[in-house]
Amino acid sequence: MNITIVYFAALREALGTDREEVRLPGGIASAGDLRAWLGGRGEPWGEALGQGRNVQVAVDQVLGDAATPLREGAEVAFFPPVTGG
Amino acid sequence: MEVRVQHQDFDVGAEIARLRAGRDEVGAVASFIGTVRGSSGGAALESMTLEHYPGMTEASLAAIGREAAGRWAIDAGLVIHRIGELRPGDQIVLVVVLSRHRGDAFAACEFIMDYLKTRAPFWKKERTSKGESWVQARDSDTAAASRWASDEAAVRAADQTAGRQAADRTGRPKPDE
Repeated sequence: MNITIVYFAALREALGTDREEVRLPGGIASAGDLRAWLGGRGEPWGEALGQGRNVQVAVDQVLGDAATPLREGAEVAFFPPVTGG
Repeated sequence: MEVRVQHQDFDVGAEIARLRAGRDEVGAVASFIGTVRGSSGGAALESMTLEHYPGMTEASLAAIGREAAGRWAIDAGLVIHRIGELRPGDQIVLVVVLSRHRGDAFAACEFIMDYLKTRAPFWKKERTSKGESWVQARDSDTAAASRWASDEAAVRAADQTAGRQAADRTGRPKPDE
């Protein structure tokens, strides 16, 4: 499955990138799976996306959670808790 | 609900006048303006930069507006949120709700702000004499948004809470309109 991942704010800075296209290995079916897989790539991913970090996820621009399913061509966003207003 | 995400400032009076034009059924206009505080963590704020998620930001604000319109009788509404670099005293966000009666207008306006704070993808970075730092999300914002839980009983409780707060602001018991 091929997806696009985008990062915002402090997470974007920590990772040094705002966007990447990735081909996922089999078995990565949800946003939670993806986060764990990205964290397993080593630093800075492990630190920035670790389970202790408060990271929000959106799939195709809708807020989701670890169980939100992924699909071919999806845009998945990871970001810190929002602080607008 | 009209939604705009923009760099430029907004004219509250002009926006409200435009929304009100031709709507003589409206009896209540509630508005909220968020502004940039001049200090942060005891240091003078030099500037604040707002980042957002283009596309999702507009969609999430529109969804919050639809949610509000499903809960209260709203005749028109507007959300403007600025992005980019802002200075102390600058306007950040405007929410306007027009309704027949002020109970709906007050409640919907507060609901939209509470949901925007926790669901719309904006992030603030502050620059002070001590350097730059990202603003941290506050538990109080999450608590404020969770007051508006979606089941019927919670909606009624939230309505009563909003009514009490409206009464507190006016110093009078909750009126009928």
